[in-house]
Amino acid sequence: MSKNITNKISKAFDNANGKAFIAFITAGDPDADSTVKYILEMARTGADLIEIGIPFSDPTAEGVVIQDANIRALKGGMTTDGVFDIVKRVREESDIPLCFMTYANPVFHYGYDEFFSKCEKLGVDGIIVPDMPFEEKQEMEEPANAHNISVISMVSPTSEERIKNIAKDADGFIYVVSSMGVTGVRSEINTDLDSIIGHIREVTDTPCAIGFGISTPDQAKAMAAKSDGAIVGSAIVRIVAEHGKDAGKYLYDYVKSMKDAVLSV
Amino acid sequence: MNEKGRFGIHGGQYISETLMNELIKLEEAYEHYKNDPEFNAELTDLLNNYAGRPSLLYYAEKMTKDLGGAKIYLKREDLNHTGSHKINNVLGQALLAKKMGKTRLIAETGAGQHGVATATAAALLDMECEIFMGKEDTVRQALNVYRMELLGAKVNAVTTGTMTLKDAVNDAMREWSGRVADTHYCLGSVMGPHPFPTIVRDFQSVISKEARAQILEAEGKLPAAVIACVGGGSNSIGAFYNFIPDKEVELIGCEAGGRGVDTPETAATIATGSLGIFHGMKSYFCQDKYGQIAPVYSISAGLDYPGIGPEHAYLHDIGRAKYVPVTDEEAVCAFEYLSKTEGIIPAIESAHAVAQAIKIAKNYTPDQSIIICISGRGDKDVAAIARYRGVDLHD
Repeated sequence: MSKNITNKISKAFDNANGKAFIAFITAGDPDADSTVKYILEMARTGADLIEIGIPFSDPTAEGVVIQDANIRALKGGMTTDGVFDIVKRVREESDIPLCFMTYANPVFHYGYDEFFSKCEKLGVDGIIVPDMPFEEKQEMEEPANAHNISVISMVSPTSEERIKNIAKDADGFIYVVSSMGVTGVRSEINTDLDSIIGHIREVTDTPCAIGFGISTPDQAKAMAAKSDGAIVGSAIVRIVAEHGKDAGKYLYDYVKSMKDAVLSV
Repeated sequence: MNEKGRFGIHGGQYISETLMNELIKLEEAYEHYKNDPEFNAELTDLLNNYAGRPSLLYYAEKMTKDLGGAKIYLKREDLNHTGSHKINNVLGQALLAKKMGKTRLIAETGAGQHGVATATAAALLDMECEIFMGKEDTVRQALNVYRMELLGAKVNAVTTGTMTLKDAVNDAMREWSGRVADTHYCLGSVMGPHPFPTIVRDFQSVISKEARAQILEAEGKLPAAVIACVGGGSNSIGAFYNFIPDKEVELIGCEAGGRGVDTPETAATIATGSLGIFHGMKSYFCQDKYGQIAPVYSISAGLDYPGIGPEHAYLHDIGRAKYVPVTDEEAVCAFEYLSKTEGIIPAIESAHAVAQAIKIAKNYTPDQSIIICISGRGDKDVAAIARYRGVDLHD
């Protein structure tokens, strides 16, 4: 990495077995107070990095579970500034590595420099933007890096010969998309992930975490064994959808089971 | 900034990594086949002998006399097979997809015209077809849903968001990202990630290629203005494209003003939108201060879209084309006017362009001409217009 960025992302992979459990949650679903509480709960339970979803009206990379969470959050009045406020409250109690996950437009429209300057001030470490591929990322990465924010690169089952260029230029961690299509729980993951991760490893030692479709401890264990971590979104968002403001206990149990699975590799 | 597929600052490829290689393959295939004589001969044959091209450039004499100004010509895309300009692009893309070895077409549709055209091409070329249409639009355009099913397509009613065109695009993109190997996304407008805005524009530019020759034949000189409606902007870019180098020809795009650009119930992107990144492209979009895409509105399902194609955004930036909003009420009046005056029932989308011509024709002299692109026919809209006028239709 020649980017010379200082943030906490590498700490997520700096634990007993070098494997991270990464948890995603949609900010503002069902409300800001709950999101703050749930992030802290997951951090205490052992999540190594939290992805905070800034809700977007048209999340084209998401399956129905996270789509619905976006709609609930926006209907509840969540805004980008509201998400910054959530981060501020989380940072009063936790220094867990944090990444935003959102779409290009909310960031572009906020103004890249203003957005990333706030991220830096509040202690956000990275950002994942599914509609900002390798060819376009420069316009976002320059202002992000200037504020020590990593733009997380994604590699997918269709990336093929693109993998090496993406991986060489990646920083923070590499988000390996396990399956075709959108986010959401899947019973089976059939992609040849060993080959994808093999290609990545040829050109970089940036950690790789696998996401999309992972919901069970067995899957998390299998994915963490292949890579440096497992990312879980829809399964967590589904627990929040089901239990609303009373999801704390259920999240604790779930995250604990997933973290244990990742640690058992 | 990636220079690929840019129109000034607009365009680009803001799309998930999963689709990037497919877009690259599509671009390579298109760059190859667009210069392939055999491909072009096949496409021309389909356009002429299946879709009914060239379409007429009709001199609307009664309208001209009534409005008292420029000579009015109608570019009759409504006379194409399937009833709109959409078939021009669909035949091109379907043929291209077939050459790429695809066996399945998916598409979004608003008014249903693009869905019908795609289902038609799929039937003709023996391809599987699945259409994504906002649930709201399946109600507004129920007849077109059944047409698509008759043609053998599966129609998915999209129940997310505003349940209109943008949501149909969202779901078509989601579907495509899950299945690219055998499937081509036959995007219906000059929008989305590169290379779609260029491919669709090229296939639609047949409109202005014909119209330019036809008007020179009829009038011996270029028109003073070309007017077309703009949602994503495919019929308008097609109608404008070959006139862009003719600086003396005004190019006027008519956006859906809905209930007025000073109300939230509008889809007029240039009038009310701002720069953004959405649906694979940088362009202008109707959005709030946090960059959330606005739930736009228009009586016309085909113009009910919160963005505009990147080439239009660029033509606006450099002042080469002018974009004006036309309200529901103005469009409905123009729909009725053209029906009564010329015996031509235009699509409610096209009626937006007719309305603008009615407004400005008198500003020109009788030795000048205006071309209006009648992008589609209005049979599909009759029930909606009746509802708008409070007429209760019984089956």
